[in-house]
Amino acid sequence: MGADGKTRSFTLPSQLAEVPGTAGWQSMYPYYTRFQPEDDRRFWFYNAMHFPEPMPAFDAITAEIPYEALGAFTTRVFVFPTTMGIEHRIVNGRIYITANPVTDPAEIQRRLAIFQERAGYYYENWNRLFSEWKVRMENLIHELEAVKVPKLPEFDEADVVMKAKGLGQNHYIRENFHRVTELFSKMWHHHFEMLMLGYGAYMVFFDFCKKAFPETADQTVARMVAGIEVLMFRPDDELKRLAKLAIEYGVDDLFTADCDAKKVFADLHSRGEAGERWLAELDKSREPWFHMSTGDGFYHHHLSWNDDLSVPFAALPQYVEQLRRGESLERPTGRLKEERGRIIADYRELLRSEEERQAFDQMLGLCHLVFPFVENHKFYCEHWFTTLFFKKVREFGALLVSNGVLADADDVFHLQYVEIESALADVSLAWAGGGKTLGAAHWRPIVDKRKRIIEKLKEWNPPPALGPIPPAINDPALQMLWGITSETLESWSATVEAGHEKEIVGFAASPGVVEGIARVLRNVNDIGQIREGEILVCPVTAPSWGPVFGKIKAAVSDIGGTMSHAAIVAREYGLPAVVGTGQATQRIKTGQRLRVDGNRGIVLILD
Amino acid sequence: MKEDGLTHPKLISRFGEIGINDRPAVGGKGASLGELARAGIRVPSGCVVTTAVFERFLAALDPQGSIRSEIEQLAEDDLPACTRVGAEVRARIESATLPEDLQETIATYYEALHTRTRPVEYTEPVAIRSSATSEDSAAASFAGLQATYLWVRGEDSVIEHVRKCWASLYAVESVMYRRRLKLPEHGLAMGVVIQRMIDSRCSGVMFTRSPNTGDRSVVVVEASWGLGSAIVSGEVTPDKYVVGKITGEIVNRTVSTKTRMHCPNPAGAGVVDEEIPAELQNTACLNDNELHALVDIAKRVERHYGCPQDIEWAIARDLPAAENVFLLQSRPETVWAGKETGPVAAPKSKPFEHVFSLLSGGAAKK
Repeated sequence: MGADGKTRSFTLPSQLAEVPGTAGWQSMYPYYTRFQPEDDRRFWFYNAMHFPEPMPAFDAITAEIPYEALGAFTTRVFVFPTTMGIEHRIVNGRIYITANPVTDPAEIQRRLAIFQERAGYYYENWNRLFSEWKVRMENLIHELEAVKVPKLPEFDEADVVMKAKGLGQNHYIRENFHRVTELFSKMWHHHFEMLMLGYGAYMVFFDFCKKAFPETADQTVARMVAGIEVLMFRPDDELKRLAKLAIEYGVDDLFTADCDAKKVFADLHSRGEAGERWLAELDKSREPWFHMSTGDGFYHHHLSWNDDLSVPFAALPQYVEQLRRGESLERPTGRLKEERGRIIADYRELLRSEEERQAFDQMLGLCHLVFPFVENHKFYCEHWFTTLFFKKVREFGALLVSNGVLADADDVFHLQYVEIESALADVSLAWAGGGKTLGAAHWRPIVDKRKRIIEKLKEWNPPPALGPIPPAINDPALQMLWGITSETLESWSATVEAGHEKEIVGFAASPGVVEGIARVLRNVNDIGQIREGEILVCPVTAPSWGPVFGKIKAAVSDIGGTMSHAAIVAREYGLPAVVGTGQATQRIKTGQRLRVDGNRGIVLILD
Repeated sequence: MKEDGLTHPKLISRFGEIGINDRPAVGGKGASLGELARAGIRVPSGCVVTTAVFERFLAALDPQGSIRSEIEQLAEDDLPACTRVGAEVRARIESATLPEDLQETIATYYEALHTRTRPVEYTEPVAIRSSATSEDSAAASFAGLQATYLWVRGEDSVIEHVRKCWASLYAVESVMYRRRLKLPEHGLAMGVVIQRMIDSRCSGVMFTRSPNTGDRSVVVVEASWGLGSAIVSGEVTPDKYVVGKITGEIVNRTVSTKTRMHCPNPAGAGVVDEEIPAELQNTACLNDNELHALVDIAKRVERHYGCPQDIEWAIARDLPAAENVFLLQSRPETVWAGKETGPVAAPKSKPFEHVFSLLSGGAAKK
């Protein structure tokens, strides 16, 4: 309640105006993602962390399926006592979410009894379950890789008869496309199978530190939790290895700024054995380490390094150059470990009793137990699996192109997945009937229109939240995943009310305050543009961005939390960072002067 | 100089000669400054006029001990009498002449604090501060026991202010406090610190645990322009910095609008209250290097004493960066020390049971 006795509120969902030129945007998303009149009574916030851009029709599956899986594990599988799942709505291409808390004490007790037994089993067997999880996940990935997009030859293969398979090729259009989305769903279920429990462990330790050391920054607590050797650094380490080998084999002259992968390959072949050896090493690195998304796996245009070699080839010349200058590219893991050990020991020492120290050890021990999963699952799920998933769907897009339905394979991402099934049925029928697909006249205008709508929707500046401000936010899921607390809402509502146009608020990810010139890079392929001492402003950082951290003064991202890649790397490099701003790349222009306050999570545009 | 320490108590001790255990002879402030100096912390040079000097002075002034007995006979709630007697005693102390040898000794030590010998008429500015022997921090925080005189110059003025410090023992609040607690007057004594004055560009206080939350993992530094007296007296809202003790990160930095500062009186002695120049009012007093230097010192002091400290500091105007940070005082933190609560968490039979407590909103706490 506000001072005037009225409930304070952000804009209500029903009050949002349509963006001019986007009429009919609703057709891009399923009916169950639409705001309902009664949704005006609930609090929603924009999930800018995962979905910083308008959703192409197909990409909305990266909200639908994860929320199916997340909710299943919190609400029904592990039965979290105080929280059920997440509901999502799409408006003007953006994804707003809300959590369903459990508040009735009796209900909490009933759920707690089940939760203790089930969660306890996972915690108790964590390491074994995680190693089994990895096997299961790799199997899923191999299954996905093995999914074939039917070729639809004029006459089906003889084997269908000679081995009495009894199924025409076109059946596999339906089965295999289905298989792709099924596997995607399985991956997300496994993703949340352990993740929420992992975050539960983090929350406990963060909560303890907030009570024992109320003024300690989250990022300092994160430093105690974070492991040093995590998979997400591995792809970048592979690039460093390849840069070193290029010098060792005497082919480093080929790696110049703006070098083109194809041209480098041709030149390497002409270098004889040295070139071939380097290429063989490259192949070793590519599987699996180049299955690294250039984003964080929620959009079809976040390609993997394997899909688009220009990303690693933009980084390689920088590493070659650094090595030639005699710089070490090694992450100082020994020093980082020592430093982490010192911080932990010093905080532990400040506790007031042996009892507190034992509790601290237990909680931190639990964090260190879950950390490898929480950190490494991203490589398996959001990077390796997801980039392959989009690649597969793109192959079905190519099938639609070769059968005259779509003009471009990527156009498939402007159809909902159920619409793709429908378009594929068109292909199947045409092949079977010996006739023609009818989809071109139907789908191409739809795709063209949706592309225009998406472009227009990019201009919309989504409010961070909608609906009445709740009296208190204590949902662990919101805190764990999005860092949303009552204080966050206060600052959002203050920003909205005062119209602080020059101030962008995010998560304080790495301490320090600096001023400098912004370089807005929407795409990791452009990392060559960044100049020494600039402030990097980007949608999200993944290990693909590793090479720039040695050059920049500070980092600002649209997506990410205290434990995100950008945050972890920035802390290692000792650079101030503000992550999860939701909108930095939209509001900041290259060349503007910024002040990045990594202590408070505020970016100020000084011009 | 008469040094007859074998048979008579020492009259004046340089900081380097004393430590925290000398509190009975030199008072808390003096002992603490000596302790800091010994621990290698930079404090402005100085010395302490010991309680023995006060005892001899009082014996000369009042050989019959009538002052003490008169005060002991005061009723604890008799404000008019306490006021009257206190004022009389103070007037006597402030106007009395010191025995000549005492005067000479103080003059000698004061002379030794001089940073320059030319011109001959140069007099070193010093701070004269009372240094109470009471162990009781509540008593020590009584206004009368906290007398501090800044930018005092010249032998006569130094001696005059030493007497004023002594007289502060008889401030009405102090007298009534002692009466209320029925503390004996006999043995009541005070040391007086004579310390070289730092012409500080900026100064302030710092706490090795947060005054707001009691957090022991941060050092909170408050800073403003000029001498520290402006902050201590509350005349200015200082800049405030919160620095992580363990990682050194600056967790919070609030630059306030600072309007008033205390400066040495250009006319020679004493302190004047001035308007801070407009261009400095919203400027941060400390850069990151200075802040980190202060925090390092705060950590050393805390480690040395083994408990959280409240510290006063100054940064000298004219000295190079490596040697311009001085501590003026350090004393144990008392506010949070008195309200420690139970443990934040206790160990459980299995580590993951902590998750149950948190994720059930406390319902699983057993």
